[in-house]
Amino acid sequence: MKAKHQRLTLALLALVALVGAGLLGTYALQDQASYFYTPSDIVAKKPEAGTPIRLGGMVEEGSIEPSADGVTVQFIVQDGTARQKVTYTGITPDLFVEGSGVVADGRLDANGMFVAETLLAKHDENYIPRELEDIDMTSGEYKTETLVQ
Amino acid sequence: MIAETGLIALWLAAALALLQFALGAIGLRTGRDDYYAAIRSVAVAQGLFVALSFLLLIWLFLRSDMSVRLVVMNSVSVKPFIYKFSGTWGNHEGSMLLWVTVMGLAGAFIALFERSLKTRTLVATLAAQAFISLGFYAFLLISSNPFERMFPVPADGQGLNPLLQDPGLAFHPPTLYFGYVGLSVAFSFAVGAMITRDVGAAFAKAMRPWVLGAWIFLTLGITAGSYWAYYELGWGGWWFWDPVENAALMPWLAATALLHSVTVLATRDGLRAWTLMLAVVAFSMSMIGTFLVRSGILTSVHAFAVDPERGSFILALLAIYIGGAMALFALRVGTVKEGSRFELVSREGALVANNLLLSVILGLVFIGTLYPLLVEAVTGDKLSVGPPYFNLATGPLALMLVAVMAAGPLLRWRRDNPTALLNRISIPILMTAAALFALALFTTDMSVLALLGLALAIGVGVASLAPLWKRNLRRTPLHTYGMVIAHFGIAVALAGMACESSFTEEKLVAAKPGDEIAVNHWTLKFEAIEPVAGPNWTALEARMTAQYGDGALHQITPQNRMFAAAQTQTSEAALLTRWNGQLYVVLGDGDSEGRWQVRVWWKPFVTWIWYGGILVALGGFLAMIGRLRRGYKQRKQREYAEAIV
Repeated sequence: MKAKHQRLTLALLALVALVGAGLLGTYALQDQASYFYTPSDIVAKKPEAGTPIRLGGMVEEGSIEPSADGVTVQFIVQDGTARQKVTYTGITPDLFVEGSGVVADGRLDANGMFVAETLLAKHDENYIPRELEDIDMTSGEYKTETLVQ
Repeated sequence: MIAETGLIALWLAAALALLQFALGAIGLRTGRDDYYAAIRSVAVAQGLFVALSFLLLIWLFLRSDMSVRLVVMNSVSVKPFIYKFSGTWGNHEGSMLLWVTVMGLAGAFIALFERSLKTRTLVATLAAQAFISLGFYAFLLISSNPFERMFPVPADGQGLNPLLQDPGLAFHPPTLYFGYVGLSVAFSFAVGAMITRDVGAAFAKAMRPWVLGAWIFLTLGITAGSYWAYYELGWGGWWFWDPVENAALMPWLAATALLHSVTVLATRDGLRAWTLMLAVVAFSMSMIGTFLVRSGILTSVHAFAVDPERGSFILALLAIYIGGAMALFALRVGTVKEGSRFELVSREGALVANNLLLSVILGLVFIGTLYPLLVEAVTGDKLSVGPPYFNLATGPLALMLVAVMAAGPLLRWRRDNPTALLNRISIPILMTAAALFALALFTTDMSVLALLGLALAIGVGVASLAPLWKRNLRRTPLHTYGMVIAHFGIAVALAGMACESSFTEEKLVAAKPGDEIAVNHWTLKFEAIEPVAGPNWTALEARMTAQYGDGALHQITPQNRMFAAAQTQTSEAALLTRWNGQLYVVLGDGDSEGRWQVRVWWKPFVTWIWYGGILVALGGFLAMIGRLRRGYKQRKQREYAEAIV
């Protein structure tokens, strides 16, 4: 094979790979990227039941309610203006407590209940999930006992 | 005084790095030999001073010197020795100092031991290395001084994040940093070679051990990190496509590609420009990884602090280094002479396919990791890209890559015959087909990806051993063994992943002491809940016995820990490892009726994922030793021949 041809084949291969990757990437992103919602977003945008979404906010004080089976828990996520009921079956994360930040992946069911598949709590007392940074924490329920001044 | 000495040592090291860069730049311009001689000693001195500075920081942590701000923030006097030690780098400032220390030591190492490279290229490499270090010194000294004092001196420190109090942390971040820094050395070599227009087999041979070394550390770091997340987070998963995981995976993908292309350059003197490009990309990925983790722009346990100043600083460094290297590449790529040629069906062809697939996977991971940040910056929408995207986008490509991996080592360099290849690889193909058939017949609801993965793993496992077929095993070079073991490790890990994702069984119950829980062939008897105490924590521990069929009884004790200093709780999963899998038990919260949440998984062959990772690293290690030994022998022979002449 001549040098020119070889370089051309390689360049073409690389181009095909690149375009393929781009297409694959956009396709997968369109289908699989889930948007982040706060309880007020859910009120405003009304996502369809069954679409995978990510919900974030603060666990309302006094809202955590265990159910009879001992492994399901219901609670309310709020962002100062709106509230969203959430149900989760599983062991809650180590740092999941009332008045603390939480991010839940899941979907809304037909009755407007958010069924969470995974729960992420804020990991330590210094750390706020990225999605929660913009939420107004002035409701007084979120304790800002940060160590780093 | 220790803190001040440390700071002075750090300043001196920074000054020496500046001197090293200046000597290199002037030396290259004037071509004077005395500059060349001086730059080696300066590089060694710089390495020693920065190492001294880091040792003093460790000393401060071990003494629990509460007049130093960093120690106060990240340590506490009642804490096991090992966590005081590892606390040194379990925070932003300390980990940056560790980074620059490893970089300084790597520079010293090159200055002392690198003999095969042309002097001019070596000088350019050391100057480039000093230039990179300078950015990090500036970063430390301007915006994150680890030796800052604190007044008034508090009575005790704040403690270390409990999730990070684990033997895994002692080794995980440094391992990754060794990898990142190794890639920075490869990058310096590439820059050096571009400056002196000395791109060829000799340059590739000098660079290869560093790429291999970096790659081994990254492999180990990712394997260890995956296992750490698996047992410490208590979610039973081993890879979450968390941006921080991707931050380590992206340099690994680039390093894997570089490792294979540098072999083509060293052996056949082909793929010159591409190898240079990959060296630039691999280091860029290390920098981006550092940026993602250190700037705190991500949602993750690793982002210890949210501090935009630091993020911008790293971003600026990233722009300077990567932009500079890309510009240099664009200027010099025209002068890089074309390497030797090859046919498409050849070892080189397979390695090009490997490089293309790895680059595409890297691109997809890169898009998925940065896309949410980009969207948020542009539109303000918050978006998350998770496992469904990454699995769908990269899974099929990864399987193709593994298939190429089986065929590549069985091909000859330069040119080969496609039918001959088919002959050589017929047995593995038949085995894969048989496995595919059997799995499709006897298993239900396996995902397509897992099905293909497991079948492919069986065939590839066999094919990876084929290069040793009919060879004199005693005369086979060490680096061939390295390749075989590393490729076999990939097959082992792939089998583990496919089994774990297809055959895991899970049970979640609220149980009282005295209850029995059955999962697969296991019976768990929940005997009691008892309080226990450790050095800096108290815990509730569930005492359970586990029995496989009618087999022996095993004691297992999952815990719920409370850390006194940080006022936080973590659950310690209990693991029971058998040859064919792992039993994974997590204790949750108790309720008013005396029931406790217990989650049990039986994960067949899950350990193979990490055994595979270790095999891959071991293969890399053997290859590195083999290459270094051969290089040393060849140099001795050359010197001997020159002495005779």
